[in-house]
Amino acid sequence: MNEFVETLLDLQWHEPRSTYDVVIIGAGGHGLSTAYHLATRHGITNVAVVEANYIGSGNSGRNTTIIRSNYGIPESIRFYQHSVDLYNGLEDETGCKIMHDAKGLMWMTHTENGMRAERSRALLNQACGVDTVMITPEEAKKLCPQLDLSGGGRYPVIGGSYHPGGATARHDRVVWAYAQGAMRRGVHVLQNTLVTGLLRDGDRVTGVMTPNGPISAGMVMSAVGGRVTTIAEFAGVRLPVRTHPLQAFVTNGYAQGFGPIFSSTELLTYVSQTARGQMLMGAEFESQPTHSTQSSFEMMRSVSAKVAYMLPFVRELRILRQWTGICDVSADFSPIMGPTGVDGFCITTGWGTWGFKGIPAGGEQMARYIATGRMPELIAPFALSRFAADHAMADQGSTGTR
Amino acid sequence: MLIIPCPNCGPRSVEEYRFGGEFPTVPDSVTDPDQRNVDYVWFYDNVDGPTRERWFHDAGCRRWLTLHRDTATDTVLDID
Repeated sequence: MNEFVETLLDLQWHEPRSTYDVVIIGAGGHGLSTAYHLATRHGITNVAVVEANYIGSGNSGRNTTIIRSNYGIPESIRFYQHSVDLYNGLEDETGCKIMHDAKGLMWMTHTENGMRAERSRALLNQACGVDTVMITPEEAKKLCPQLDLSGGGRYPVIGGSYHPGGATARHDRVVWAYAQGAMRRGVHVLQNTLVTGLLRDGDRVTGVMTPNGPISAGMVMSAVGGRVTTIAEFAGVRLPVRTHPLQAFVTNGYAQGFGPIFSSTELLTYVSQTARGQMLMGAEFESQPTHSTQSSFEMMRSVSAKVAYMLPFVRELRILRQWTGICDVSADFSPIMGPTGVDGFCITTGWGTWGFKGIPAGGEQMARYIATGRMPELIAPFALSRFAADHAMADQGSTGTR
Repeated sequence: MLIIPCPNCGPRSVEEYRFGGEFPTVPDSVTDPDQRNVDYVWFYDNVDGPTRERWFHDAGCRRWLTLHRDTATDTVLDID
C-alpha cells in the first residue's frame, strides 16, 4: 500500500447529547487518548470530546513527532518510558498504522559543560532502566555519516549521548488511531464546538457552555493546548503556565536518506527525516509569551544556519513549509496532570514542547484518575499541587529548549 | 517578527533583546497569605491580549525597558 494514501478510517460521528459522564475539552492527542483509555480500560463510554476546530488541528498537528524517554529526573524518565512502551505497541493495539519508526536519537554537545549534563542524564537513565549511552565523535559519525564533526569549524562535536529508543511517528495517525478506537466504542467527538464557559454549581464544575447550548458532565477535563489559561479561568483556577510559540519547518526531499534523529544540546536544534524524505527542523520556543501562530523569517534563518554547521548537506535543500504551534510551557518544564482543586474539573496541561511523546501514557493515566478518583502513582508527582508544596519537577535541560 | 522601538537605540529586532517577564500580579480573589506567595512565585496571568512587561536590551544600550505588548498578535503597543 502507498503509505502516503491515508488509511481508511472508521470515524463514527454522533448527534450530541445534553449530558455525559465525562466531557473532555480538546480533541488532540491527549484528549482523545484519555477518551480511548476511558472506553477501553474502564468501560466508560458515555464520554464527549469537545473540539473548537477539527480533531488534531492544534499542537497535535504541529509538533515534530519525536518520541523519547531520555529525561533528567526519575519521575519523568519512568513516565516517558511507559509512554515509549505504549507507542511501541500502539499499532498492534489499535490496528491503525501510525508509521512508528524507532530510529534512535543522538544529542551531540560541543562543550565540557554539555558533556557533563549528558553524562549525568545518561547515567540517571541507565539507573532507571532506560537505554541512553555516551558516544564518541567517531561513533556519532558512524550513526550519522552526514555529520560534520568540526561543526563548520565553529561548533566541533566533542561527544554526546545516544538514545536508541528515540523514535518518530506520524502525528495525525496517532490522533486518528485514538479517535477511531474511542468513537467505535461510543465516545462522541464534537468538532467545531468552542467551549465558551463552564457550568458551575456552587464551587463545583458541572459541565461546559457551547454555542449549541450547555452540556452537563460528571467530570470535565481540560486537554486544551494553547488556550488552557482561558479555560482554567472559567473555573477560577490559576496556572503556572505561559504560552510560547514554537516554530518548525521542512525542506524538500533528501533522497540519500538520513538515519537517526539528530540534535545539538547547545545549538538547541533538532533534525529528523520524515517518511516523505523531507528534512524536518526545529528549535527552541520563542522567549516572549505569545498566542499568535505567526511564523517568522528570523527563526527560519537562525535554525537553518545552525543546522548547516552540523549537517552541511542541508545547504542544497529548499525550505517548503514553516509553521507555528503555541505551547503551554509550565514553570518547571514538566507536565501538569490531575485535579485542580475545583470539584468536577481536572486538567492535563503544561505539555510545552514535550506533549506528543506523552500522549499514550498521559491519556492512560488521566483515564485511570477519572475512573478511580485517585491519582495513579506514575503521575502523582505531576499534580498541580506540587507548586504550592515547592516540589517543582524542574527538568528544563531535558526538554531540548533554552 | 517583533521590532521593539528602543527609546535609546531606535527600532531593533527582538533578537537583540532578552524577555524579562511580565509584572507579576496576584489577583485580589486570592486571600490566603501563603497562597498569595505561591501565586506570586509560580503562577502567570498568561494574558491573551495587551500586557505590560520588562525587556532588557542585551545587544544594545543594555538598559531595562517597560513594554506594552499585545500577546494575541505579538505587536508592540507602547513603550514607557
